[in-house]
Amino acid sequence: MIEALQLEFMRNALVAGILVSLVCGVIGTLVVVNRIVFLAGGIAHAAYGGIGLAFFMDWPFVAGTTSFSLLAAAAMAAVTLKAKHRADAMVGVIWAVGMAAGVILLDLTPGYHVDLMSYLFGSILAVPASDLWQMGAIGAGVILVVAWYYNDLLAMSYDDEFARLRNVPVTFLYCLLLGMIAVTVVMIIRVVGLILVIALLTIPPFIAEKFTGSLRSMMVASSALSCLFTLTGLWLSYLLNLTSGATIILVAAAGFLLAHIWGRRGGAVHRDRIPATGPSE
Amino acid sequence: MAETIIDVSGVWFSFNGQPVLQDVELKVPRGDFLVIIGPNGGGKTTLLKLMLGLLEPTRGTVRVFDRAPQKAAHRIGYVPQNVHVNKTFPVSVLDVVLMGRLRAGKGWSRHNPQDRLAAQAALEQLGVWEVRSRRIGNLSGGQLQRVFIARALVSKPDVLFLDEAMASIDAQSRGEFYKSLADLNRTVTIVAVSHDMMILSSHVKSVACVNRDLHYHGSGEITQEMLDAAYRCPVDLVAHGVPHRVLCQHEDPRDD
Repeated sequence: MIEALQLEFMRNALVAGILVSLVCGVIGTLVVVNRIVFLAGGIAHAAYGGIGLAFFMDWPFVAGTTSFSLLAAAAMAAVTLKAKHRADAMVGVIWAVGMAAGVILLDLTPGYHVDLMSYLFGSILAVPASDLWQMGAIGAGVILVVAWYYNDLLAMSYDDEFARLRNVPVTFLYCLLLGMIAVTVVMIIRVVGLILVIALLTIPPFIAEKFTGSLRSMMVASSALSCLFTLTGLWLSYLLNLTSGATIILVAAAGFLLAHIWGRRGGAVHRDRIPATGPSE
Repeated sequence: MAETIIDVSGVWFSFNGQPVLQDVELKVPRGDFLVIIGPNGGGKTTLLKLMLGLLEPTRGTVRVFDRAPQKAAHRIGYVPQNVHVNKTFPVSVLDVVLMGRLRAGKGWSRHNPQDRLAAQAALEQLGVWEVRSRRIGNLSGGQLQRVFIARALVSKPDVLFLDEAMASIDAQSRGEFYKSLADLNRTVTIVAVSHDMMILSSHVKSVACVNRDLHYHGSGEITQEMLDAAYRCPVDLVAHGVPHRVLCQHEDPRDD
């Protein structure tokens, strides 16, 4: 591993993995507790249209993809706020249309076609140093926004109706959350690709939820787990010469399985700090 | 007569073209303990949500403390019908109650010491301070109900809305629960929705029946006319051995 760290692309991959893990833990937690995993998947896949657009227009990857996935997120926010009961079908439509648009736009782009596999399954080993600064800025922005609105986001996620009664700007926060998912997704595409974004957004928070007693600690635990999975996956992919994105996800899945088995044996249930009093459940 | 704090005037509400409420008039004076009863689907919860400002009337006006309900939000406490939502959510009892202290645009600032003192007072008042650090999903139904009432009371509201507050409380605890509501009622106006007529204990001051239209009774009694009008069929009034009679005498038409 030491010799691997002497390679610049390996160091960049390490930094990218850590940055993505921090943001994934925070946003993934909000995705899981708000039960909008499917919606986040829709935004991730629609982002493929953004990749196509970036190449067609010859824009930089981050700018093109971010603007397109923000657009997809806005469309999904409008749909889910206006027609809640039909939201899942509409999300499915946007999901597919985004991907199809990406494929067609790439067809129309003249000349050399990039390796699309790297966007579908990630290319953490090819992250240039300039991208790291962009990712760092996006990540810091997302974490600051979540910290600023933490109490409001907690109230919205737990009981949006009550939050509305307390004059919490629920509609604004919901749109903000979808927007943050969109930029996070663009960041993660670099590391594990858009097909695997959902795994990295959901597996660590889903494990963390069982062990933590507050949304804040769930975010911290998810980020830590995400770091562990990403770095272990990266190391294994280096050792065994495997595709890094898929290896990271399989490591996460193994962690999920272990946590589930441990939970089944009674070890994983969150322990309260104060012993139970009053009638037992 | 005490001042009117909730004024529902000529309110109609339709959902997907189906009328839910028709021409509802209701004035709630300060200090009242009003129970709204009626059949399921009769519009009780809708009426409550109109008074909370969570729904907008199709026609007519709802005023709370002489303002739009949203503008009066800081004086309103609300206990929702379903307290069992999100039971796997990683949040402690104390943090749930602190949600009741949220104010618009607070942003960065954490809850201040006054918020924490208010939360402690509310939890102690409801007898659930001991479980403050427990995860919300680890409470019994009755404890959960008390925590949600504490969340509603922590902002020191002038009026408290309860939607089916009895649903999670077992029969043995109900008497005690009514008593704590009656204690609260000394300082707080209470509006409770229930399909369970057992809520009509001696502490209730007025009753309204809702089934698309509203029949209001200025005292804690239900009359046969109200029930017949509300349920659209003859309903037998059976008093469950409550220490005082909440049901007035009525005539059975078959006796004539």
